[in-house]
Amino acid sequence: MSTAVPVAQRAGDDEAIAARKRAMALLARALAPEMAEPIERFWPRHAARDLKPVETGLVMLRGRIGGDGAPFNVGEATVTRAIVELPSGERGYAHILGRDAARARLAAIVDALWQRPEARADIEEAILAPVAARIAAEKAKSRAETAATRVDFFTLVRGEDDA
Amino acid sequence: MTALAFADPVFESQAVFRRIMRAMAAPGTILVCGQTLAPPAPLEPAAAAALLTLADFESPLWIAPSFGSAVAAYLTFHTGAPCAPSPDKAAFGLIDLASDGLRLDRFAQGSAEYPDRSTTIVAQGAALSEGPALRLAGPGVHGEAELRAASLPHDFVEQWAANRRGFPLGVDVILAAGAKLACLPRSVVISGETR
Repeated sequence: MSTAVPVAQRAGDDEAIAARKRAMALLARALAPEMAEPIERFWPRHAARDLKPVETGLVMLRGRIGGDGAPFNVGEATVTRAIVELPSGERGYAHILGRDAARARLAAIVDALWQRPEARADIEEAILAPVAARIAAEKAKSRAETAATRVDFFTLVRGEDDA
Repeated sequence: MTALAFADPVFESQAVFRRIMRAMAAPGTILVCGQTLAPPAPLEPAAAAALLTLADFESPLWIAPSFGSAVAAYLTFHTGAPCAPSPDKAAFGLIDLASDGLRLDRFAQGSAEYPDRSTTIVAQGAALSEGPALRLAGPGVHGEAELRAASLPHDFVEQWAANRRGFPLGVDVILAAGAKLACLPRSVVISGETR
């Protein structure tokens, strides 16, 4: 059994939960090279082992019309899950969209390393910040492309009803 | 370090499921399962295989305190099953016959509407094919079958008769020993002595 208390399990530690949530959300969208290269550079001997074999499955996505209607099932998404453990006891979890097992495993390893306070700054600088910047740039690009084709509708002044 | 479970969860748990189903259908049959597992002590491979296969996030698990926290952490991590607060709230119960007494009536018996909501008890330490002989009869048994099991409580045959009287309510038992298991579904009639 692991002796290290995972950061997110300390009672009342909302800030730590939010920080890990943010890291995991970014890792779920990180590309394999964005994680593999920093891992190789900073932690080449992390010795993480799989606690469960990396598995691909389906999760049901639920939605609400307008954000507050009755919940309904939108459809299923393919998700790959990895759970790893470091020799020092930290457990890393990752769920990513798609079937890329290697990418899920890398994300789980980074999540485990992130729980070591001394590794956090390096992860932020080498992985999370570049991923966040890439996602923001992609978003801005698609916004700009969409904006270029925007059509503004407006109503011309109508004639008088009794004319 | 957390111990590992099945290396190939889908196929290995299907194979174990098939064996448990066969052992349930033919009470008294001893089948081998879980040889590849190395669960944390004192949990034995067959009991571990049965629970890793059957338990999931919808089936509360009651683990006898004698197993300790490492076994509880192992099973809840790998199955996602929640821990039941008491035996009568459990879908699956795990006990060790040598360290914990077996009392069938302490576990969930199911209700008249849902007799399936009773506990399936996984009892390890039964040293199958040793110990006093029980004679089994009923559905799935051609004539009469013999099952040897050690460490069962002295009044096990009477307890089982009481379990039978509530049919279709009542518990089912999976007896495990090392990497072997045998099943006692609630429909089986047991006679003999466990003294």
